[in-house]
Amino acid sequence: MMRALRQRAQWREASLWALIVPPTTWAVHFLLCYVYAAVRCAKGGPLLVLDDVRIVILAATAVALLIVSASACVAWAQMGVEGDPPPHDESTIEDRHRFLATAKLLLAGLSFVAIVYTAIPALIFANCR
Amino acid sequence: MPDRAIAIPDQDDPAVRAAQEDRLRAVWAPPRGLFFKWTDTNNNAVGSWYTLTAFGMMLFAGVLALIMRAQLAVPDNDLVDASTFNQLFTLHGSAMMFLFAVPMFEAVAVLLLPQLLGARDLPFPRLSAFGYWSFLLGSIFVAGSIFFDAAPDGGWFMYPPLSTEPRTAGVGADIWMLGLSFIEVSSIAAAIELIVGVLKCRPPDMRLNLMPLYAWYILVVAAMILFAFPPLIAGDILFEMERLLDWPFFDATRGGDPLLWQHLFWVFGHPEVYIIFLPSIAIFAMVVPTFARRHLLGYPWIVLAAVGTGFLSFGLWVHHMFTTGLPNISLGFFSAASEAVAIPTAVQIFAFIATIWAGRLVWSTPMLYAAGSLVIFVIGGLTGVMVAVAPFDWQAHDTYFIVAHLHYVLIGGSVLPLFAGLYYYWPLATGKKLSDRFGRTAFWLMFVGFNLGFFPMHFSGLMGMPRRVYTYPAELGIGLPNLLSTIGAYLFALGVAVVVVDLCLSPRRKLAARNPWNAGTLEWLALPRSEANNWGVRSVPLVQGRYPLWDQPDFVRKVDEGRYFLPDAEEGKRELVITTVLDARPLQVARIGGPTVVPMLAAITLGGVFILTTFHFYWAAAVSGLAALGVILWWHSMGTGIIPEKAEKHAGCGLMLPLYASGPSSVGWWAMFITMTADATAFGSLIFGYFFYWTIHADFPPDSLPGSAGPGLFWPMLALASVLVGWILTIAARETNARRRIGLARLALAVAAIATIGGGLAGLAGPWFTGLDPGLHVYPAMVWVLVLWIAAHAALGVIMQLFVLARSLAGRMTPVYDGDIRNVTVYHHFLALSALITFVVIGFFPRLT
Repeated sequence: MMRALRQRAQWREASLWALIVPPTTWAVHFLLCYVYAAVRCAKGGPLLVLDDVRIVILAATAVALLIVSASACVAWAQMGVEGDPPPHDESTIEDRHRFLATAKLLLAGLSFVAIVYTAIPALIFANCR
Repeated sequence: MPDRAIAIPDQDDPAVRAAQEDRLRAVWAPPRGLFFKWTDTNNNAVGSWYTLTAFGMMLFAGVLALIMRAQLAVPDNDLVDASTFNQLFTLHGSAMMFLFAVPMFEAVAVLLLPQLLGARDLPFPRLSAFGYWSFLLGSIFVAGSIFFDAAPDGGWFMYPPLSTEPRTAGVGADIWMLGLSFIEVSSIAAAIELIVGVLKCRPPDMRLNLMPLYAWYILVVAAMILFAFPPLIAGDILFEMERLLDWPFFDATRGGDPLLWQHLFWVFGHPEVYIIFLPSIAIFAMVVPTFARRHLLGYPWIVLAAVGTGFLSFGLWVHHMFTTGLPNISLGFFSAASEAVAIPTAVQIFAFIATIWAGRLVWSTPMLYAAGSLVIFVIGGLTGVMVAVAPFDWQAHDTYFIVAHLHYVLIGGSVLPLFAGLYYYWPLATGKKLSDRFGRTAFWLMFVGFNLGFFPMHFSGLMGMPRRVYTYPAELGIGLPNLLSTIGAYLFALGVAVVVVDLCLSPRRKLAARNPWNAGTLEWLALPRSEANNWGVRSVPLVQGRYPLWDQPDFVRKVDEGRYFLPDAEEGKRELVITTVLDARPLQVARIGGPTVVPMLAAITLGGVFILTTFHFYWAAAVSGLAALGVILWWHSMGTGIIPEKAEKHAGCGLMLPLYASGPSSVGWWAMFITMTADATAFGSLIFGYFFYWTIHADFPPDSLPGSAGPGLFWPMLALASVLVGWILTIAARETNARRRIGLARLALAVAAIATIGGGLAGLAGPWFTGLDPGLHVYPAMVWVLVLWIAAHAALGVIMQLFVLARSLAGRMTPVYDGDIRNVTVYHHFLALSALITFVVIGFFPRLT
């Protein structure tokens, strides 16, 4: 089954939209964390204890990391398409495909780190002060 | 294969080639005459004017800084008074950002991008010209204000309530707001042009993996503009509503909140830093491989850096607001993102260093500027990581430490790389090299002067010197660092003066060889200016590598002999090859507009609206607005969507391509889609404002106000239904037209126009009949702004529907040539979506709270 999945992933269209899936996931996660905490704090005042907010943020972080990881796996599979080694600078569909996959994998790595960064404040701050 | 014989010209025959060149020369000839030469729309002309104007604005804003430094040289100085000083620093910051840095990026991109892509021009040359004239007019208006003692004086970020209160801020605030809003329009115009240029006008076979890195950066930056500038435009609207009509968006006594301005400003303001940094660092990506004599290492890593920075830079805006009392957890999110953005920023710098390391470096003048700017930028980046830590920022906020940090970032990350680009690309623009002796002297003057000027500011800041003070007492002990800063600033200015002298001497120098740096990228196909022809490239090449001039055998000769695409202009039209986004497969030969006075007229009349409004000449502004509408309709009816005389033509290399495209394969459709994305961002910012006020008020809408139940449900729902009917009928018109039921399509369009205008009016009727008074409280003001937004967009939508109807009646839109209706439908998709959100929010939300 893994093999079939990998084969499906390999020739999925590697488009510009797919390229920005990982950073878009970061953006949505970031906004969600910020807006949710900010609204709760604005409505609850500085003494509000953030327990449930922190749980929501951590859950959202898990989901976001999952999406980014899945995107990285697809990119990894796509990088394995047959062809010559990097730097993928031939004018062929394979090279374009593998270049976009490489860029997406790198973006997934960056997004993963940035999402973890975003979650750290939720581990530290327990109230709205 | 086409079923008929294609007459392929014999490119081996010099006579054929000469005839082709004559035709190309005639088609692309610039207009002549004292006035008419300014009606040129070709990217070479517009890009050069744009660059020179932006450079002039840099010199102007630099002089303002020199006056400030003279004032601050010694304690208790009285060279200028406090009021003048306020105007100086406000205009210095605003001009450097809005009149130099952003326009300079657009200018350089307009000038270079077509060359880099082996294209003859950008897809919408008249839009570029319109952007330039808008910029010129707006910048004269804003910069000129200081000569009338009327310049804005509230700081470049114009914080309310200082700047909204009529007693503390004069007409300068309106000049800032309306003048710069007008210039923002030209930035969005440039963004549209550049995105479509990069995605659709690449030469055949230049797939995404072969695109010059400069183009990647431009693509990212142009996309950032679509999400960064509209929030500021939304903020400008709220700001001017308060200034001109006393609607209390930022007035805390009537439910407003100045903090909303800070959010909207910095959602623009922080990405803005990257919007001016990325295109400058993009110049490195072109300079470094040329002088390292090798391909750039880590191409996908640079793409990661550009795209990653583009995204992360939007998660930083609150780090300008660390001292506004937001909850610590909020600060934490932005602190985290501010640290994270250092990763992609560093990645690209490492890629450049690795390339230099792995290559055989030639220490040319551009390379010297590049290396020097990296040093300065890295120092600025490191202090950036320091101020991203909230507790440190609480100490350093609003001190000269920040002034030092931001100048290290902006001069290292934007100004010096532009000088590198100036020395590198001057031969491309003029055919002549600049002097290495002048260039190196200027570099060292600037490098030493800059560090002498700005490094001591870290210390004067930490010693307690606040920003934006016009003088300081001797007892503070910051006299020495300030004197050093002043000396350094003048040394830096001397360096700039040496560059200016170098530029002035350039016309007297002899022509340089073609491709004087022996570079590998397409822009160096250009011929030296004296033999140059305005056509850009002799034929649009087939590109099979990242450095075709180095790697493709006989490449230059083949291009010059017209052996690739569009080597001719048989029909006497200016033509471009349009290709697909991913793989650059040729799709269409597009015909683009030539010289005309229309963009200039459109800019003047639209500028009139902004400038006349500043001085409260509302009727004159309305007349100017109508004139602008007339000019734009004239522009569109004469110059766009023209039905070609034949369906397809031979584009070279035996390839037949259609001359017309509509829908997503056409450039016009993309332009509309991109424009509406920017428009939707501005709309989203207004909706954000509505909910922002909800979060800060315990009761929103407020119970105690008359009409506070909101606009009711009847009118908003009627408005929504009406707009949706207009939308569905527009889609129906598109479909029936495509199925050759032209009469039905026309009827649908007419009814759609009535429904759409009805929707706009019904939207206004809601707050009108329920007596919501926008001057009373921020809630009614916010509802009014939203319905006015929809009404204005509905009015524009109706104009488009009627325009399409007129085109159909005039036989200029047919079932096959239907680009107009397809583009207008895209507009109505967005209108329907914003109406849905607006009317559901203003209708139902008051019932929920």
